[in-house]
Amino acid sequence: MSDALIKVKNLTIKFPVKNSTSYTTVVDDVSFKINAGECVGIVGESGSGKTLTALSLLQLLPLSAVIGDNSSVIFNGNDLLSLTQKEVMKLRGSDIAVVFQDAITALNPVKTIGWQIAEVLRVHQIVKNKDIKSSVYKLLQDVGICDVSRCYLSYPHELSGGMRQRAMIAMALACKPKLLILDEPTTSLDVTVQAKIIDLLKDLQQQGMAMLFISHDLSVVSKLADYIVVMKDSTVVEQNKASDFFINPTSSYSKMLLSSLPNLKVQQKIPVKKENIVLVDGLKVHFPIKKGLLQRTSGYVAAVNNVSFTVNKGETLAIVGESGSGKTTVAKSLVRLLNATSGSISLNGIKLSSWINSKNGPWHRNIQMVYQDPYTALNPRMRVFDSIVEGMLAQIKSISRNDLIAKVDMLLEQVGLSLEYKWRFPHEFSGGERQRICIARALALNPGCLILDEPTSALDVSTQNKLLDLLLGIQEQLGISYILITHNIAVVAMMAHKVVVMHNGNTIEHGSSYDVLQNPTEEYTKTLLGSVPTINSLKEV
Amino acid sequence: MKVHPSFLVSDYLLWALVVAVLVYVVYVCKNRHLLESWSLIAKNSITMVAVVVFCFYFFICLLDSIHLRIDSKSYSRDQVSVLDLVLPSHMVQSETTYSAPLSQSLYVKSLLSDHAGNSYRGHALLLGNKARLSTKSLRIRQSLLILEGVIIGLALGLFCHILFLIIFSYKKNISIWSCFNNIWQGKTRFALKSFWLTMFGCFIVLSVMFLLSINYHVMGTTQVGVDVLYETLKSIRTGIVIGTFTTVFMLPFALVLGSMAGYFGSIYDDVIQYIYITLSSIPGVLLISAVILVMQVYINQHAELFPTVSMRADIRLIALCIVLGITSWATLCRLIRAETLKLKQMDYVAAAKTQGVKPISILFKHILPNVMHIVIITVVLDFSSLVLAEAVLSYVGVGVDPSTFSWGNMINSARLEMAREPVVWWPLLSAMLVMFGLVLSANLLADSVRDAFDPKH
Repeated sequence: MSDALIKVKNLTIKFPVKNSTSYTTVVDDVSFKINAGECVGIVGESGSGKTLTALSLLQLLPLSAVIGDNSSVIFNGNDLLSLTQKEVMKLRGSDIAVVFQDAITALNPVKTIGWQIAEVLRVHQIVKNKDIKSSVYKLLQDVGICDVSRCYLSYPHELSGGMRQRAMIAMALACKPKLLILDEPTTSLDVTVQAKIIDLLKDLQQQGMAMLFISHDLSVVSKLADYIVVMKDSTVVEQNKASDFFINPTSSYSKMLLSSLPNLKVQQKIPVKKENIVLVDGLKVHFPIKKGLLQRTSGYVAAVNNVSFTVNKGETLAIVGESGSGKTTVAKSLVRLLNATSGSISLNGIKLSSWINSKNGPWHRNIQMVYQDPYTALNPRMRVFDSIVEGMLAQIKSISRNDLIAKVDMLLEQVGLSLEYKWRFPHEFSGGERQRICIARALALNPGCLILDEPTSALDVSTQNKLLDLLLGIQEQLGISYILITHNIAVVAMMAHKVVVMHNGNTIEHGSSYDVLQNPTEEYTKTLLGSVPTINSLKEV
Repeated sequence: MKVHPSFLVSDYLLWALVVAVLVYVVYVCKNRHLLESWSLIAKNSITMVAVVVFCFYFFICLLDSIHLRIDSKSYSRDQVSVLDLVLPSHMVQSETTYSAPLSQSLYVKSLLSDHAGNSYRGHALLLGNKARLSTKSLRIRQSLLILEGVIIGLALGLFCHILFLIIFSYKKNISIWSCFNNIWQGKTRFALKSFWLTMFGCFIVLSVMFLLSINYHVMGTTQVGVDVLYETLKSIRTGIVIGTFTTVFMLPFALVLGSMAGYFGSIYDDVIQYIYITLSSIPGVLLISAVILVMQVYINQHAELFPTVSMRADIRLIALCIVLGITSWATLCRLIRAETLKLKQMDYVAAAKTQGVKPISILFKHILPNVMHIVIITVVLDFSSLVLAEAVLSYVGVGVDPSTFSWGNMINSARLEMAREPVVWWPLLSAMLVMFGLVLSANLLADSVRDAFDPKH
């Protein structure tokens, strides 16, 4: 192990606190090394300092960052932290390359993919000008892009997420770097695409590329990493060989991480048939395509094509599918944010078209939704109390303030938050707490059915599990039904009684979660399930 | 001598604004979260300085906004404000022509006669100067006055400070001495140290100016012999009126139309966009001069409605504010529309919709509070540019009435004064300094208001 490619020693990064002379330490005394041809995975929750650690290797830190005195990053005998800008510029791309999380923001939207990859080659002058185009073609081929000439001329927005990420990797590989830094390269991708990207990275690894893989997802890291560094609250909690780590983690935090990894074993049994709450029959939602000066409708995009399902009282139905499969559109038409083109939706046995407010109360009092991103789902200028009572004020006439306060207290207790939180503003809360507030808001009107739109996708693993447990508890307590929209199969296995698999606006498979997850009949479902990374498919070292 | 109040239209508007601000202050005091945001502003020492300076400007403006009619021969003007009465009468009286700051005689030579009746050319003495002094003794006399002013200013400041200390210590139940220590060692929650330093500074400047003005013209006089300092102080009101009322007239258009266009989209959006695109493709100066000329014709034809000169000047000022407001709402409207389009996509708006909240209620509760920071920033940035716009319009001849005191008119006349020999520099300098103070304090204030209300901070 003497041939370390890069050696990070006692890396400490601090940021000055505004209006004060003190510093907050965001990376504290981190040391690790990467050998040639080895993949090191850094795992940690958001805010644990993993990305800053990686950025510091190329001096890409924000200007205000201060690096500790005895920190060093030795690469090829040089300390990367003390190089001048000019020297680092030479290293970037040629010796060490980075692939960022979000390809759409990392690529320049007004230049073609080909131009952007060629730029790297031009800057570092490793191929002759006339050979540039052919080298770019070869790079794109190497990362598994089939239609190379189309991709060369495409702008970033014209490519799918997976293609963009491949193009990013091609760009990173352009100068044949010795080390590739991957910052959450698959986080924004669908599972099937993620599986393909991981395969590509595996190929690269076999060709002898050293990698630094940063992710919050232990199961993705487990597929690639030879060596694992676990970070928490800006320090390294544990580092070990991957083979040892997954079998025998030493720190309690790693144990917690490993145990909170959801598994695919179905945990919910279908309850005895009860009264049915939601019935969707042949739902179609088409969006008109408007063209020309007068905005005439020239065609339709079928976002949802013929979806049917039923949800019974106290039961969870999961709608599973990749992004763009129309699952959120179904949810939006259920809460009447969108109008169905055809088909019918019934609540408590009454159709939406023949719904009479006076007899059943408003539609919205019976079905509510919890949104995906808790950071945009709460008005930053409204106190928690005001956010929660808004629906009640709109729908219930003459309700006294004391009643409202009592109700909010009850709701906050139900979602496990302190009662004094109600006078605070959303920015004082973490993502998990915000999502709890959103759940409280949705429960305020005592709906019979709650739609959960990717409720955990914006949260860290440890918070995720707590939130799912909370949701299960609420279901047991209130006998409420959930419609769970997710791309995460593990969440489905934990929560759902029934599953609908959607693809391109169509229902592919529909049945109890046990049947669908354990014995899928359709080809698409099988691929979907096969791409889910799990610890079981641990890399053999 | 009979005195009776005779308010102008802009006076009523200004006092209505003061009442509105006071109502808002009461509202803020009742709302904990608003109070917290505003108290953030009071913690920054530079902002505190800006607030105090701005308040002094506003105080002068308010004094100038209580107009009276006095049936007496000693006042040449038809209407006087409380400010005219408060200022030393030497300031209000006119010399014959230019005089340099703090001099005892006119700037230009004229034909004079001595005791024996012989005429000669020389610098005539200004009003209030009985005998010609040597330069040295003049300066000594003025220095003594300055010293006296500093002492009086300090005494006034101390008086206020002690009064404050007594009340503060009584309320907080601590001794006066420890209260004093806390303030001057910067241990208080708010930046009271810089507050009192600025207060002392302002008191000293004001009392020095006041004492000097009893016998001299601190910033000299203009071509027609009006005291420049007096003119500058009177211009504060014009500046503040234009800066605030243009925005007040513009805000309803921009807010209502902008948020409607963004939120409801479709036909509303199209109509509102066509309106502001049309409006912003007409050159602003053209529109303004047209309106002002029509206004002028209207005033001339209905002379009975506006019996006094200052009433006519005032109505023209208000008309200018309205027309500036109408021509300038498009920019803010566009910004608010864009922001609303963005906010409309937020999940909290969707959540409110799914809870059955009415669109109007969503606009007021979710959209408007979240575009307020744009409004605040635009309002304050516009404040300074509007003061400048007034100067430009006066240059074209469609600005405020020539009889209205304004920095625009002063800067405009400075064109000729800077070109003549010897140069008359004081009207321009005086206007610039006072305008600079107002605009700078307003900008600093706006900066920290934005910081305090931005949820990201």
